[in-house]
Amino acid sequence: MPQLRLRVNGQSHTVTVDPETPLLFVLNDNLGLRGPRFGCGLAQCGACTVMMHGQAIRSCVKPVGSVGADEITTLEGLGSPDKPHPIQQAFIDEGAAQCGYCMSGVILTAKAALDANPRASDEQIRTALGGVLCRCYAHNRIMKAIRRYAHSLAS
Amino acid sequence: MPTVSRREFIGTGGALIVSFGGFHAQAQGPFDTHASHIDPNQLDSWVAVAGDGTVTAKTGKCDFGQGIYTAQTQLVAEELCVPVARVKLIQCDTDSTPDQGTTSGSQSSPTNFRTQGLAEAAATAREALLEMAARQWKISPQQLTVAEGVITAAGGRRITYAQLIGGKQFHLMLSATAKRRPRDQWKVLGKPVSSLDRKALMTGQFEFVQSVKVPGMLHGRVVRPPQMGATLASVDKNSVSDIPGVQVVVRKDFVGVVAGTQHAAVLAARQLAVKWKPGPDLPAQADFYDYLQKQPSQDELLVDSGNVEQTLVAGKPLRAKYFWPYQMHGSLGSSCAVADVQNGKVTVWSPTQSVYPTRSCIAKILGVPLETVRVIFRRGAGCYGLNGADAVSFDAAVLSHAVGKPVRLQFSREDEMRWENLGAAVVTEHRAAIGPDGTIIAWHRENWEAALGNRPGYENPGNVISGVLLGYEPQKPRPAPAKPPQGRLRNQSNTVPEYMAGCIGDTCGGGGTVHNERVLTHQALSPVFTGPLRSPLRIQNTFANECFMDELAASVKADPVEFRLRHLKDPRVIAVLKAAAKAANWGAPSSARANGTGRGVACVNYEGGNGYAAMIADVEVNRETGEIRPQRFVVAIDCGAVSNPDGLRNQTEGGVLQGMSRALIEEVKWDSRHITSTDWVSYPALYLDYEMPEVEVVIVEPPDAPATGAGETAITIVGPAIANAVFDATGARLRQVPLTRERVRAALA
Repeated sequence: MPQLRLRVNGQSHTVTVDPETPLLFVLNDNLGLRGPRFGCGLAQCGACTVMMHGQAIRSCVKPVGSVGADEITTLEGLGSPDKPHPIQQAFIDEGAAQCGYCMSGVILTAKAALDANPRASDEQIRTALGGVLCRCYAHNRIMKAIRRYAHSLAS
Repeated sequence: MPTVSRREFIGTGGALIVSFGGFHAQAQGPFDTHASHIDPNQLDSWVAVAGDGTVTAKTGKCDFGQGIYTAQTQLVAEELCVPVARVKLIQCDTDSTPDQGTTSGSQSSPTNFRTQGLAEAAATAREALLEMAARQWKISPQQLTVAEGVITAAGGRRITYAQLIGGKQFHLMLSATAKRRPRDQWKVLGKPVSSLDRKALMTGQFEFVQSVKVPGMLHGRVVRPPQMGATLASVDKNSVSDIPGVQVVVRKDFVGVVAGTQHAAVLAARQLAVKWKPGPDLPAQADFYDYLQKQPSQDELLVDSGNVEQTLVAGKPLRAKYFWPYQMHGSLGSSCAVADVQNGKVTVWSPTQSVYPTRSCIAKILGVPLETVRVIFRRGAGCYGLNGADAVSFDAAVLSHAVGKPVRLQFSREDEMRWENLGAAVVTEHRAAIGPDGTIIAWHRENWEAALGNRPGYENPGNVISGVLLGYEPQKPRPAPAKPPQGRLRNQSNTVPEYMAGCIGDTCGGGGTVHNERVLTHQALSPVFTGPLRSPLRIQNTFANECFMDELAASVKADPVEFRLRHLKDPRVIAVLKAAAKAANWGAPSSARANGTGRGVACVNYEGGNGYAAMIADVEVNRETGEIRPQRFVVAIDCGAVSNPDGLRNQTEGGVLQGMSRALIEEVKWDSRHITSTDWVSYPALYLDYEMPEVEVVIVEPPDAPATGAGETAITIVGPAIANAVFDATGARLRQVPLTRERVRAALA
């Protein structure tokens, strides 16, 4: 089995895995990361989302061998409980979760959209989140948290 | 569905009742549980004070995202007069927490926030500590004050909890006379404390069961049969010999694989050659509701005044039938458990709502002594009831038992969705007549519920798919005619509309005024598994009741709110109904509203006294496409004493929108062989791009009412409020959920 080098949350890792292995399994099982999670394995829900070159991608269908040298950022790469990223802080302030299993998809997808367009309208933000699911239906608080973060960008 | 006393255990107190009746005699604990090695009557089972003054509390009610972890922490902090940060709560671990049965059925608040369970323990501990200080200083406890874990006497003498008992046990029984701190003095409880899991959730640090790691852990997958009732013919273990490190586990009809990595386990499960003997075909979905009503059924009469038919014949009865489909829990994360069966010990990290019952079933399945099994709760994705949590825990234990190593098992999306215990399909028929004075003079209600399996409880692993594959039988309805109703009205499934008087003999347990009443239920065998899904049967029943009430109001051209009030006498339902109507400005002229919009109302007395809610829904209906767009929901909720207003709002907002999703789009589909809703394309949900209506939550809090459940109340009234609003907008009645575009167009045609 080949050795692969990965850059994740600012650190380098070497893993020995089948290159066809979904990136998600490597992040969870080889690197012990908890942020991205298996939801459907079909790229339908977003629970496994990570960021790669500014884009939110679905790590459950991304073969680890196709990642190459690109930096990967997971939810824990944005900030920590002591020093949350401003978008994480906005979610904390709004209490924008119930079970919280969807958070990687929600926060990273919203961040990618606002990184690309800090002045994105509500409608543009919603469109960006079109493939992200929250089954607790915390939708309204999630939108409030994103808006709160977007306003902090604008001001 | 066989709702075995899901909620009938309030008031059993802390008494340990030992039953000696029959072969399966089992010591009973409180809360409808079995007696366990942790005595719920001992204070040390619940509360400990460490040498540094930290309070550790133990609870049998666990948090899946509904906020009960934070609320229970507040409760302990409040009763012990310590800051929230000084309380460490341990939830649901059969090695250390008391058996409180299942965390379900909106029962955590009634169980632990009144005068029993955790509340009783925390109040007992505070009184015991005050007593200790008083003894030491030879004064009366009444002369002491306590704050921040420090007891102070007049003159300034001080002693801390840690100095009094730090690190030592209380050796006291719970005191039924221990006084809760008065609500008007609460400092922590009743305040909007930020959920304690938030920072970890938002930063990816939270340990879900999916993240649990055990040294030497392997990865499993299950290989399910192609259809219900299929049995195993053969497994070709050589078919996966090219995947390194794969072990195939077969036990009766259970098939699974274990490998060193998740990837290898996924590949092996896909590649394993398994032959099955087919099971029977499923009844056709197209006419399933007709099929359901023709099945032999287990019948129950909840009320029967004996004179309904005569009165109906005399009046001009209105008749309508309502249909609610099978629906899914559809957890965002497929269910997962980690089991470690080695050296005569079984440890399972499980997302189950029922650690003790799950422990009992796992001991039974593995044939090992109960005391060798430990089940530790770890949160999975929001479950909303009995999702795959119990099944995956059984399966993980079987796999680990077979290979002698710890095994992490996570279902595929298809494993999760095809085999879960669905929310039941229900058909309801109402007939009622209205007298010359505009009030209902007779009401007959009959429904048909599909049931197969349920929660496994302590004894019935066959109530979920894993148990059936291992050879256990699921619970099924036992067809029999109904007996005359007896005792007090039992309305825990909201079968009896709250407008009925609910009289059995001279005792009327209903909240309404209709005395000519008959309510008959038929429970028929379901072709697919059923089980509790947020507001089980209550959402189905409330939809039928509240839509029909609207039809009755319209038949006499009455205002739907006023017509409800005409038939209600329960003051708390009346209060939430009026509060919602006021907040939504009900009664404003409809001319003020845009064309194609409408408003609807619905209310509920949840389970006959476990919470109250009323909703006004504003919707817009597109006559061309048939699409219903809810614009605004105003919901008033009364759950007695509120532990955490922010938590209550969060639960209510989510419950309302989940209720909207279930009302508008959710329906399980199947073909002749099996369920075909196996992913998020074949089972729809509302993604984050859906423009959600505003949800305005009005909290109604009567001054002296004890805490009731809150998580399941509001979800029940969303469907009927929407359907009634569609009638207001269009004049068309929708009686079948989901309220799809096709059905709206058909109703308008």
